[in-house]
Amino acid sequence: MDPEPKKGDDSPSNSCNSHGPLHPQSPFPDEVLEKVLSFVDSHKDRSSISLVRKDWYNAERWTRSKLFIGNCYAVSPEIVARRFRRIKSVTLKGKPRFSDFNLVPLDWGANVYPWLVMFAKVYPFLEELRLKRMTITDEGLELLAKSFPRFKALSLSSCDGFTENGLKAIASHCRNLTEINIQDSITEDVGGGWLSCFPENFSSLEILNFSILNGDVNFNDLERLVSRCKLLRVLKVNESITLDELQRLLVHGPRLTELGTGSFPQELTPRQYEDIETAFCNCRNLQVLSCLWEATSVYLPLLYGACASLTFLNLSVAPLQSGEFAKFLAHCPNLRCLWVIDTVEDKGLEAVGLSCPLLEELRVYPADPDDRDHRDGVTELGFLAVSRGCPKLHYVLYFCRRMTNAAVVTIVQNCPNFTHFRLCIMTPRQPDYLTNEPMDEAFGAVVKTCTKIKRLSVSGLLTDQTFEYIGQYAKDLETLSVAFAGSSDWGMQCIMEGCPKLRKLEIRDCPFGDAALLSGREKYERIRSLWMSACRVTMKGCKLLARESPRLNVEVIREEGGNEDQALKVYLYRSVAGPRKDAPPFVLTL
Amino acid sequence: MSSSEESYSYPDESDLELGLGLSLGGGKTKTKTKHLVAAGGGGSWDHYARILTAKDFAGVVSDKTSSSSSSSSSSSSITKVNTSGTKRTAESPCSPPGRSAIRFSYGSSQVVGWPPVRTYRMISMSNQVKSPVTEQLFSIDDKCKSKNADTPNPNHGSCKNNNISKENGFAKTSLFVKVNIDGVAIGRKVDLNAHTCYEALSRALDDMFMPSASVGGRGSNMEKQSSVAGKRQPVRFHDGSSDFVLTYEDKDGDWMLVGDVPWEIFLSSVRRLRIMRTTDAKGLGMRISTLS
Repeated sequence: MDPEPKKGDDSPSNSCNSHGPLHPQSPFPDEVLEKVLSFVDSHKDRSSISLVRKDWYNAERWTRSKLFIGNCYAVSPEIVARRFRRIKSVTLKGKPRFSDFNLVPLDWGANVYPWLVMFAKVYPFLEELRLKRMTITDEGLELLAKSFPRFKALSLSSCDGFTENGLKAIASHCRNLTEINIQDSITEDVGGGWLSCFPENFSSLEILNFSILNGDVNFNDLERLVSRCKLLRVLKVNESITLDELQRLLVHGPRLTELGTGSFPQELTPRQYEDIETAFCNCRNLQVLSCLWEATSVYLPLLYGACASLTFLNLSVAPLQSGEFAKFLAHCPNLRCLWVIDTVEDKGLEAVGLSCPLLEELRVYPADPDDRDHRDGVTELGFLAVSRGCPKLHYVLYFCRRMTNAAVVTIVQNCPNFTHFRLCIMTPRQPDYLTNEPMDEAFGAVVKTCTKIKRLSVSGLLTDQTFEYIGQYAKDLETLSVAFAGSSDWGMQCIMEGCPKLRKLEIRDCPFGDAALLSGREKYERIRSLWMSACRVTMKGCKLLARESPRLNVEVIREEGGNEDQALKVYLYRSVAGPRKDAPPFVLTL
Repeated sequence: MSSSEESYSYPDESDLELGLGLSLGGGKTKTKTKHLVAAGGGGSWDHYARILTAKDFAGVVSDKTSSSSSSSSSSSSITKVNTSGTKRTAESPCSPPGRSAIRFSYGSSQVVGWPPVRTYRMISMSNQVKSPVTEQLFSIDDKCKSKNADTPNPNHGSCKNNNISKENGFAKTSLFVKVNIDGVAIGRKVDLNAHTCYEALSRALDDMFMPSASVGGRGSNMEKQSSVAGKRQPVRFHDGSSDFVLTYEDKDGDWMLVGDVPWEIFLSSVRRLRIMRTTDAKGLGMRISTLS
């Protein structure tokens, strides 16, 4: 098929027939407009452009090659196919974020297959598919593999539904593949056999990330694959690959910019130790290092040679103690982004404050979220230490068991540039442990001091005061996560009335009812989605909202137990596609 | 693309009771089955399997017939057992491949989806961070000695030498093998060298997959290995409604019941473990007697 769609009646240059090729009011011809627009990448800019006037709308739709759909149900494949004709790259997001934490039942939806069927018809020259929180089956992967001869990049983040067979189809058929990136996706025991299915003459891979898969891999096939893909720059292996095997894969050492290690071996001979050390020293250009499964301190020094240019260190699956962690950090002077587990404790975070002056993002995950072992983890002191040493910090995700208002006030004074502040005090409704007061002033300080705040997750004991602060000060807020917080409907009303740029709101276990829900009725078409679970919303309130808002899909997820009037899980989102046709029986669209 | 959800219908769960143990949906009648959430559907489970005893549930969660259940928003949102039916065999392109859709039961201190940490992190961390716990298991090696009098166990005197835990920072003689339990996508790992006999291993696995059972009373869910007059029995777990059997894959790729061969021989030939449903294990050619 001709890659250039034939210019039909609705093509730009014919769109203004009655006025000839040059619209009298248009300062330049459509062809020029199209050329200029072909340089505009951002989908937000493109959305704005398309709203200016009709010929701009048309020029934009003809020149858009990257499609970003933040909610797969906000639009349908048919509508997309009619509007855009030349798409090469698609990003699709599906389930609500709380599905990551088991709040959304299985088979809720977000299956990409119908989209693939449409793309196969309309965009045969598709090159990239990036999915987040969607279901893709083996049939989907096979369709993908066989329908798009130029297909290059597959990225699956937090997806499910596929097995090794689907990946085998991709490996066997996609001759021009440059990227296979499987992150955070949970699947059945997906074997690694698909890595052996790349043809012998296949050598285009640049990005290979299979770290999350738990199947065994034929090491020899992997080694051959890696050595013939001379452009490989991102390699993240799974735990079936041990460090001594990984060393043999580092043949492209200097070209690698991102590396994910496999598991650490039980024993190494001195010779092996030397070889591995040399191999890592060879990785001079490494920017990202991750996935240190079962790292033991005896072998950590092997990695030091690769850390000089490191900007992102991901230890989120490698519980280290503070001592070995501090030693490691000493070798990473250029870190901008750090993900760790709270086994490093406050002492480890002090080392961060001392060794990482350029740090911009910090995530501290809990080793023991359910508090089974009563570990200390990190406290407000660790966070304070980081804030003192890392003034450029603007993104934080922090899981802890205790926090104080005073500490947060100081932290944001030290780091006023927070754009993402996600604080999770793990015990629900926990007050300031020193004063026993609610944590309202902490989050008040965040929104007052950090004027650029875009994303906020709140926790601890919070009254409506927190939401008053947020509504009043957080004018750039786009994403808000609320759990076990608030005193009354007023809290949510403050948010709905006060945050003009809000796009995503997720709420669980809060005393917000129908009044709160309905207070946002004017706003919901401007946000992507709202999730409310275990609140006080009733079916009556949801039905009322649904009736008033034809362009909103108001879905209630029914679960066993609970009485008929309660709407225990509500997910609402704007959509031009109407109620979805693939809703499972437990999802009621009102 | 038509929705083919009808064969995946949301079953009537009116007969379900909560929290009396692990069991998997395949083939069983709906009335008595509990379901574990397979880590699929993007809904990563955030809690380990637990066999809960009745006391975990006293006054906390009520079943469908009680109207006070989860009506208070100030209570934790303990999600009711929620299933999407049994494993599918026929697949349509629009639906995910067959999976048991099962959900964990939760204890009173646990809240669904809180803290908001994804499952894969919790599993891999639980494997690594918990390794100091293996030290506790050495206290039972005396018990092993007496109970398994007919089992040659040269390790028992030197089992402490096997105690290489993470805290020494040097896992010199660990023998980690993967353990999968039927119906749960994510496997775990266990260090076989941290144990001296089958019973110790059973306890460790019991802890790992059914941890609260140990609260109620160790061994209550386990058939002791030598309970029948010196004859070796397959190592089993049982939860009252469905039996599990511990099996392993040996060097030749064959699946065998654990407990057949002496411990040392087992160690030298085991590649990985699988906790299999008794119904599936029948193909292993051993007679599996049901527990009375």
